[in-house]
Formats: sequence, structure tokens, C-alpha cells
Amino acid sequence: MPFRLLKYALTKEHPAPRFFKSHETPKKSYDVVIIGGGGHGLAAAYYLAKDHGITNVAVLEKGYIGGGNTGRNTTIVRSNYLTPEGVNFYDASVKIYEGLSEELDLNLFYSTRGHFTLAHTESAMRTMRWRAEVNKHVGVESRVVGPDEIAKACPQLDLSCSGQAPILGALFHAPGSVARHDGVAWGYARGADRLGAEIFQNTEVLGIDVINGKVRGVKTNKGYIETKQVLSAVAGFTPRITEMVDLETPIVIHPLQACVTEPMKPWLDTILVSGSLHVYVSQSSRGELVMGSSLDPYEVHSTRSTLDFVEGLTSHMLDMFPFLSNVKVVRQWAGMADMTPDFAPIMGKTPIEGFYLDAGWGTWGFKATPISGKTMAQTIANDSAPDLIHSFRLSRFEDYELTGEKGAASVGH
Amino acid sequence: MILRTPKRAGEWVDRNKKINFTFEGEAFPAYEGDTISSALWAAGQKVLGRSFKYHRPRGVLSLANHDVNVLVTDGIDTNIRADVVEVKDGMVLTAVNTSGGVKKDKNSYIDSISPLLPVGFYYKAFHTPRRFFPFWENVIRKAAGLGVVNFNYPRILKRKQHSHCDLLVVGAGPTGLTAAYVAAQAGLEVTIVDENSQAGGSLSYNRGGVHSNLTELNDLLSKVASQPNITMHTSTYAAGYYPDHLIPIVSASGITKVRAKTVIVASGAFEQPPVFRYNDLPGVMLGSAAQRLIYRYGVKPFNNGVVVTANDYGYRVAFDLLEAGTKVVALVDLRAGVNGGICAKDLMRRGVKIYAGHCVYEALASSDKSSVRGAVICAYDDKENVALTDNKLTLECDGIAMSAGWAPAGALLYQAGTGMQFDYEVQQFVPSRLPDGIFAAGKVNGIFELDQRIKDGTRAANEALRYLGLQAPQNNIEKHVGISPSHPYPMVPHDKGKNFVDFDEDIQIKDFVNAAKEGFDNIELMKRFTTVGMGPSQGKHSNMNAIRILAKIRELPVEKIGTTTSRPFFHPTPIGHLGGRGFHSHRLTSLHDWHQTNGAVFTDIGAWKRAAYYPATGQTKEEAIQAEAMVVRKSAGIIDGSSFGKIEIHGPDGAEFLERFFTGTYKTQKVGGCRYVMLLDESGVVVDDGIASRLADDLFYLSIGTSNAAAVYREMQRSQQMWQLNLGLVNVTGALGAINIAGPSAREILATLTDLDLSYESFPISSVRESQVAGVEVRLIRVAFVSDMGYELHAPMVQVPHIWNALMEAGQKHGLRPFGSDTQRLLRLEMGNHMPGVDTDGLTNPFEIGADWAIEMSKSYFIGQRSLTILAKRSLRKRLVPFVLAQNFKGEMPMDCNLVVDGRDILGRVTSISYSKFIDRCIGFAYVTPDKNEVGSEFQIRTDNGSLVTATVVKTPFLKNQKGA
Repeated sequence: MPFRLLKYALTKEHPAPRFFKSHETPKKSYDVVIIGGGGHGLAAAYYLAKDHGITNVAVLEKGYIGGGNTGRNTTIVRSNYLTPEGVNFYDASVKIYEGLSEELDLNLFYSTRGHFTLAHTESAMRTMRWRAEVNKHVGVESRVVGPDEIAKACPQLDLSCSGQAPILGALFHAPGSVARHDGVAWGYARGADRLGAEIFQNTEVLGIDVINGKVRGVKTNKGYIETKQVLSAVAGFTPRITEMVDLETPIVIHPLQACVTEPMKPWLDTILVSGSLHVYVSQSSRGELVMGSSLDPYEVHSTRSTLDFVEGLTSHMLDMFPFLSNVKVVRQWAGMADMTPDFAPIMGKTPIEGFYLDAGWGTWGFKATPISGKTMAQTIANDSAPDLIHSFRLSRFEDYELTGEKGAASVGH
Repeated sequence: MILRTPKRAGEWVDRNKKINFTFEGEAFPAYEGDTISSALWAAGQKVLGRSFKYHRPRGVLSLANHDVNVLVTDGIDTNIRADVVEVKDGMVLTAVNTSGGVKKDKNSYIDSISPLLPVGFYYKAFHTPRRFFPFWENVIRKAAGLGVVNFNYPRILKRKQHSHCDLLVVGAGPTGLTAAYVAAQAGLEVTIVDENSQAGGSLSYNRGGVHSNLTELNDLLSKVASQPNITMHTSTYAAGYYPDHLIPIVSASGITKVRAKTVIVASGAFEQPPVFRYNDLPGVMLGSAAQRLIYRYGVKPFNNGVVVTANDYGYRVAFDLLEAGTKVVALVDLRAGVNGGICAKDLMRRGVKIYAGHCVYEALASSDKSSVRGAVICAYDDKENVALTDNKLTLECDGIAMSAGWAPAGALLYQAGTGMQFDYEVQQFVPSRLPDGIFAAGKVNGIFELDQRIKDGTRAANEALRYLGLQAPQNNIEKHVGISPSHPYPMVPHDKGKNFVDFDEDIQIKDFVNAAKEGFDNIELMKRFTTVGMGPSQGKHSNMNAIRILAKIRELPVEKIGTTTSRPFFHPTPIGHLGGRGFHSHRLTSLHDWHQTNGAVFTDIGAWKRAAYYPATGQTKEEAIQAEAMVVRKSAGIIDGSSFGKIEIHGPDGAEFLERFFTGTYKTQKVGGCRYVMLLDESGVVVDDGIASRLADDLFYLSIGTSNAAAVYREMQRSQQMWQLNLGLVNVTGALGAINIAGPSAREILATLTDLDLSYESFPISSVRESQVAGVEVRLIRVAFVSDMGYELHAPMVQVPHIWNALMEAGQKHGLRPFGSDTQRLLRLEMGNHMPGVDTDGLTNPFEIGADWAIEMSKSYFIGQRSLTILAKRSLRKRLVPFVLAQNFKGEMPMDCNLVVDGRDILGRVTSISYSKFIDRCIGFAYVTPDKNEVGSEFQIRTDNGSLVTATVVKTPFLKNQKGA
């Protein structure tokens, strides 16, 4: 048993201090206002302070920190994308993640379990090879494997998928990991708080003041805040924020749903994804199977759950693991995914001076939390986006220079 | 020690039917109708399970699936809810999540080191140094989890049903039964569900020592039974609420998806445990659990019991215990200044000591910690909610029954979007704003007195009737009078803790205090940090106490704390139920059997099963494909193209539609002519291509690829919705089949089956004719996709086999043979034809594949035109080029999607590559940078194993001398 826990046994009073201070009313002005207290916004606040010494920062969160998509995703971290730009970017994120528990001194349960993207058709195999080739070229550990290797890593998997969709092979991505999503938000919140940033929960942004194309302030339910730099990091709420500054983006909102079973003793050691069956699944450190599927096929600004989703997902789970018939689903939920046409994020500067966008995170935002925080902090500090996120700029849509990541979306979205 | 009471009217066990089972290797008797837990408890077995985290011994808490103290496995199934699952003869059961058995669980040491495991401990340690984390993770992973999954468990295909009703009543207690009866009398079709195996709710067990409830219940049940328009489902729970009153109801046999016109939620309330040290010992149970044991299963809960209460229910429980033969040592009432009225006097007369303004400070454990040996009680400051420990008194007892309050079973109400507010009169959240068509009644409404609940059931039924437009009286909601049924803060702090709030997750009061100290002081963060309510019972017995504790910590009223979000499912629901039989749609052509008989290997393309190739015995895939291709080149082959997308456009505006939808021109197209179509999206990306044949001035016949057909048709419909042109779209993909006969002998073979003049002059490439082939009306399209000489024959799907067989027979002397879709890919590659989706990706524009010729930019509009106007002014970023490898190339064969590289730079990728036996060369398409576009340019492909292969850009077609015929 690690000695770090001894102090809890030896002291009468709980020795751990608050993760983050409880601020009620914002100050009159801040150098930077970050809208959205999810992983991305909090990470940006942390890196603004840590890397750039910018600490006069307010993070505004409508609900509670980490309560949006940070707390709703299925926590998979990977970098086996399709474009070199994507692979480089997510690989940088993976590298930060690997040392993040130590850096934030919080155990994020960052667990490298290996990630298989199963291919059930020849055309899926082609895409796997394409991704593997690009990954290898950039230096990321991915390769196409055959059914034998999949069976070795997950002997419980029915390789024929109940005869419905036999598995031909997979893209194996060794660095694929899962982590405690809440911990990521809390760790960054604590880090940012200790360095001087102020986090406001239950604080809703009602409007953004833009004068002559420049950001001047933010209206909130807790009063007006003067600022010249605003970062929007609100995932599924992006259109509501961009509306406030009359900024057009091609983002549309689709719900993305997930569900979780009751705990069982660990048996699934890897992360499995099947595009054809629209399933991704891993087993959490609590023993639950955490499962997700494709986006809902319609645009709607809501986090309601549907029965169709869980029926479809469980039916495909049974194709892969027929023995799960009597394992029970405890809970289902939904998040709102801000989808872009090319399945890549929108990051960086905008035509409005001082308004920065960290959006379009669709179904792939959690894995990018550290690197998006770091690069957005850099963008704000220098008023210029680093090369690493150049391909994700908003103007790429006007420039016809999309970053096509649809082929690497985890399931057939 | 057997704790059975004498037989009593209304009990659920059948004493004439004795059965036997084993638990943890020991034999136990039971009656039919017993649950696993009731039978074990009756036999004096106290330790029925171990807790999730600390492995503390646990017994009966709710006996109602509101906790998971007792989860067992029969070796086949796991995490079986012993409290509510009926025991069956011959069952062999063990508790889950123990090491060495439930009695001597080796993991119980964790309980003694619990001070080392503060709330959220796993966030606080094990991560430094990083290299040790995998070790600790493994330890923690193994410790977590409940039951062990049986990998041999069969896939069980549960049926699914749909059902519709006027009114769905959730909960068959007195409120729900009354509501169902009233609504049914007014003529509604009513469905009523209850998770218990028999209807009646609390009427079946909450008797307070008298039996009038049983009479009342029997009256109600016979009334309900008299209504033929009531369908009752017992042992069935409403699993969740989904929009438009869709409520799946779940029983052992499967799911029924109920779509109700209106819904009454009469789901009652969960009894909430008061919190004191060792309130989790086996023998400490909820009052309602004790009552269930007595009246449903004929089991005496304990011999010497103490009742701790903070409402009138505790007094009723005391009477019921006396009725069961339990000696009630004392009744401890948290409330000061409550005299309990007549009840109290009666109890005292029967020898029960009453301690008002007192609390149970702690339960005392037997030496092996497996049971209760006493209760330490002391005065309780009901304002400050602290125990006054100056004068503690120890009462000897072997059980404690707890009744301190309730929480509404409001999951469905929350999921439906009901606004709930905290009602201080009843210390409970009650509905304040109900969604349309949803009504709440009974305990969920904060109404507890039986006569008031019956009135409330009637009221709710009347409201439902009025909602459906029927006449019914309007009544006001009954108001609870008198003392609150729930205590505002039934919590007793204790220096040494182990006062449990969440039994699923082993969470104590101090965990909440410490979580709040660490900043997790709103209910959602607190839930996530402490994991309260995240266990399998989803907070049924713990969320309300958690809210009260947080309110106290923050010195805020309860309604300022709010609740966490309720989500499906009400009870954990099996994957086999939810997944049901599953549904995999496959489309088969009318020639499928023929392909199968002739040894085809199939491939999935979209929803279709297509014959990929036909290997002869001992032939590899590659050999089979080359052999098929060779026959097509030298004589002729036929392929089943029935899966191609086929769409008819009827009406005068057909050509206008095509010109807007595709890139080319169609207004000038002659009847009998065919033209290439290419579909873009608005950003100018190539989506699909195909052939438009004009059969009449007002009829175009479109054939497109297999995999995109459904999407293209959908997009056509969407466009037509916007454009409102004078035309109709008909998807005939499934109605018509198609055969392509291709190769130098194709014309000669086909000529034997038709009177149509097939000469080049009268039927040139890119034209369409309608004629009879083998006696069948056929649309013949002269195509050159896989060979210069080829005809597509489109005919009704059912008649396609007839034509196919006629062709095979007619072609016999030419060596005509079938070829599959994999061979087709090689053949079209030899012809230099690229395929959307194979040689293009989600970002490819027409200029990049050299399809400029197919675009008529001068049109006023077509989908993607605006983007192409912009793209045309930009320099190309990539270019698809045809290439060959060196003659007699012998190295590692590159594959599709291998990269084209120049040192560290990625220039592009191979999209198609194949060896062609006919040409005797490796040929393919690849994307390269535009500077490599010239014939003769060389570039390098990196193979899977890393070797570099030089490729040379050539002109298409790869085949020589294939220019028309």
C-alpha cells in the first residue's frame, strides 16, 4: 500500500485541501475569459498559467466542471488517425497524457490497454492499412493484424460475430488507452486554480461584447466581465456561443449516446472498436463495460437518451460477445457532439479579434484534452496559432483545405 | 435455527411445496415462492453477501432490489438479485465477490485498513512512480467488479413485443390499482405493471399488526380482476421513460415496448436507511424489509428486535414484529416530544419500551462480525442532529428494524421531464410540473395515508380521463396532514464512522464531508467523487441521504442542492433483453442460389451479398480472379449486377433534375442515348457516378454503384423536396436485376437470344435499347466499363435467372463463364476506369481524378458548382495517376493504401493495384503530387514491410487495342 495514503489513516482531520477554490462573483476584468469548464477549458487555463505566466484568467462554467462531454465520453485515448496532421496532433496529446498523472499529481488511471479497430469487410481492411501506413510513417505504433492476434488479446471475442460479420483483421494501436475522465477535469482545475486562475461554476455566459470586430467583454448571469480575449471551449454548445459573436461555422450538433453495465470481474483487457457493428467497448477499473456507438443520425440539441440506441448497441455487443446475454445495463446517457464536415476540430483564431475557438470536437475531444489546452493557451498567449493546429483552423473551410478524418472516426458515424 | 412463523393468510410462499437448494456449499430448505434471501434468512443464515469495497458481511437490507447486498451466482448466471429472485429446487448458489466464501472472505482485511482508503483514494496514490502504476492498477482492477462472467453463457434470444394502451399505470399498489380500476370503469384500455410477483404494493406487507389491509387488498384485486380491459403484468418493471410515452416494460421473458396515450406513475417510495455506526450489519434491516419477510414469506426477521424510527411506520413495524413473534426490546424514536399516541401506549402495554428523542448510536457486532448482538442507544439532539452520548444504554438484541423515511421512486417522472420540488411538509421531492399526459399518484406525490392514496389514485385516473377528452370529476391533490413520514436528517454522526449511506459502494458520512472539503460540494461532483448512487442500485437507498448530508454541509436548504440526473434504467436490464434477436439485413439477388451452387465466394457490398469470384477446386483467390479475367478478355464472361442502384426519373422535368443533380448535360441527350453522371456534394467532393439512359422524353433510367445507391436515392428525394420539379422518382433497385455480358464474344452470344440489331452502327457504345432477350423484356445498355464489348441487361429481378441460364447455354461453345465482383475490379482497372469510394476519398474533387471532361460549368446550377468554381482557380494538391511497376516486377507487391513517399514526405497513396495476367504487368492508380502527373514520371511506393518500389506513370487504358469495336 503506497505511503501516500498513510496520512489519511494517521490524521484525524481529513488532510487534503480543496481541489479548487469556490469563487462566487467574478472580478471586474480578466486578461482572458475561458467559456466552458470542461477538460479543454480547464487545460487551457492551466497551460496559460504554467507555460505563459498568464494567471489573470476566469473559467466560466454554466453547470459543474467536467459535466459536459468530459464527463460523458467513453474515455478512449488514441492517436491512430488518418491524416498526418491528425496523427501528429493526437500523438502529442497521448504523450502528455502518459505523464499527466505525475504532472498533476492526481491518479488519472491512465491505462494503456491497446486498441483494436476491427475490420469486417475488405474495404474496412483497406482503410485500416491506410491508417496503419500513415501512423507508421509519422512514428505512431499502429499495424494491421489478423484474426489470430485479435483472438490472443481477447479470447472471448466471437471472431465470426455470430456469423453475421466475420472479423477479417484489425488495426492494432498499442498506445490506445483509457483514463478517468472526471479526474482529467479535476486535475486541470486544481492545477489552474493553484497557479491563480479562477473557476466559476453555475456561471452562464449570456452574451459577448464585440466592438469594431474586437472582443471587449462577456455578459454573465453573475455580472459583466471586461476582457479582450475570450476562448470558447464548450463542445456541444458551440453554436450558441458563436451566435453571440455572429460567427458562422459549419458545426452541427448530433447527440452521441453511451451506456454502462453493472460491474463484473475484469476480463476485457483491450479496447475494442467495430465500425461495421457500431460498437466501442472497454472495461473500466470499476469492472463496468463502458460502451458507445455511432452518432444519432439526426441533428438535435439535446442529451435525451433513446431506447433504439441501447437496443442496437446491445444487439451488436451480443454478436461480439454472445455470453453477455444476462449481463445488465445499469445506465445510459447522451452528450452533444459538435460535428464538422471533415471530422476534424476547429481550433485557433477567428475573424473576431480576441475570440478564439476550440470546437468541433465531435466524438474525439477527450483524447485531445491536454494538447488542445496547450495549443490553445499558446494561441491566446501569442495571438497566433502554432503549426500543430494549423490544419484545424476555421478558415480551412473557405480555403477548401479540409483535414479529412472521417475514415478514422472510431465507428461509422 | 429456523425463523418461520406460522402460516398466515396472504403469504406468497406455498408451504405445501418444499424445495431444497445449496448456498456456499450448505444445504437449505425453502418453500416455493421464497426468494433466495428469504429462504436463507428463514434458515438463520445471516451473512448473505460481502460489500463491494470493504468486503463487509451483509444481510438483508431492503429485500426489494433497492440495494445489492446480496448478489449470488449459480455458476451459470451472475449478479443474481437474491432478494427478489425466486429460489428454485436444486439451485447451487454462492455469493459473488468473495475470496474463500462469504463467511470467511479473505478480502475482509480491506475493512480493517479502510482508514488508508479515504474517499477518492485511487486518485491520490499509485501513480508515482509511473512505472509501478500497472502493478497497482492490476491489484485495483481485480479487487473491483462484482460477479465473474461466465464465458459459456448461451446467447439467449429474448422476444420483443410492442403494445399500445390508453393508460399505463406503473405500480400496482393501492394507488395504482385504484387508478387502473377507475380508468377501466370509464372504458379505457389499461395496462398496469408491478415489479413484484404479486400485486398489492405495501398493502401486502405493511399491516401494523392488524389485518384490515389484507381485506382491503383483496377487495381491490377482485375489483381490478372484474375489469376485462385491465391487463396486469406482475414481475415486470417499467425500465425507463422515452419521449412520446414510450415505456419498455421488462419481465423475465423479454421486453414489451408500451406506447401509452397517458401514463400514471404510482411507483411508490423507497424506504431510506437511517445512518448510524454499523447500520450495515446483517440483522439491521429496513422496517419494510422486516414486514416483507413476515407477511410475504412467513419469516420472523429476528428474535429480539429493536426498532429505530422517526415516523409512524416504525410503530407499525413494531406491531408487525410482535405479530411475528419477535420480542421487541425497544422502540427508539429520533423525534423528541412525540408520544406516539394510542400506538405507543398499546406497544408499551405489550412490553415495548419507547425511547423518544433517542437514536441508535451504534449497532454492536457479534464477535465474528456476522450479526447484531446489541444496540447502543442514547439521547438525540433532533435540531443539531447529534447523538448526546453522556448516557448511553446498551440493549441486547439480534436485529434492528429501521424506519425513518422515504424517497420517491420518481425515476420515470424525472426522465419524462417532470419538475420536482422539495415539499418540507413531507420532507420529500414531489412533482410540481408534470409533462403532458403524465400523472403522478400516491407516495411519489408525497401522499402516505392509505385512504388518501386511494383518493389520489382516483384523482389521477380522472385527470388521465380528462386528458383523453373524457368527462371526469376534478379533484384536488390530497394534502398530507400531520407528522412528516420522513425525517429531515436521520443521520447519527460517530467518531469511528462506519455509518453507511450507500451500501452498494460502502460510502460513509465522513466520505461526504471529506469530499466537500476537497471542493466536491455540489451534488453532481459529489456523486462522481464519492461514487454515491453509481452502483447497481443507482442510489435508490442512498441519493436522498446524500442530498441531505450535502445540504447540511453547505448549510443550504435541500432544494438548493437538487438531485442528480435520472436516466434509464430503473433496474439494470439484461443485454439479452435489450439486444433481443438482433437484426442484420442482407439483400440477395435472384441469382444468389446459382452463385452458391457454383461455388462463389461472397462479399458484402453495402447490404448486398455479391459473388466475389468462383474458385475452382484448389484455386487461390488470386488464381481464380486471373482465370475469370482471362476468359473475359479472350471470349466472354457474365456478372450478376443486380445489386447496382437503379432509379427511374419519370416526368417532363427529368433532364432539368439531372442537370441540377449531376455535373453533366442531359437536356440534349437523345432518347436511346446514355450519358455519364457524376454526383458531387456541395463542397465539390466526388460522391458517386453512374450512367443515365434516356428511355423516353420523360423517362430517364439511372444506374449507379451498389454501395451508395440508397444514399444517392435519399439525396435525390431531398433535392426534389427542395426543387419541387415536375417528376417522380422511383427506386427500382430491388425490382430490376441486371446482368453484364462482356468480352469479345459477347455480341455473338447475345445475338442468339434477341432479334435486336446489335451491330455497332445501330447499337453503338453509350446507347440503350429495349427489346426481348430470351423472351423477356430487357433494357440493354451498351457499356464499356470492364471491356470494350459489353452489354448490361436490365430485367425484372425474378426473370434474371432465366436470362442468365439462357446466356450460359448460348455461350457454352464460346467458353462463357461467370465472373465476380473482385474480378470486375481487376477488369475495370485494366480498362483504366476508376471507382468512387475506392479511388476517391471523402475529400477528392473531380479535377484530382481528371474528370474535368464530365463537368459542364456553364450550367446555371448543379450541386457542388460553387465549390468547383473556387477550386478551379486553385492549384491541385494531388492527382490520381495510372501507373505500372517494372516489367517482371518480383519484389514485395505493394497493396492498396500503401503510401507514395519521398523521404519523410507523404506524396499520396495507392488506391488500386493489381497484377494483370492478361497484360502481364502490375498496374494501378495512385495519388501523387501534381508534378508527378506526366506520363513517364516515376515515384516510390513504400510496401508494408518498408521496401520502396518504383512506379511509372502511364496512360490509360492499360489494355492496348481496346478502342471500341
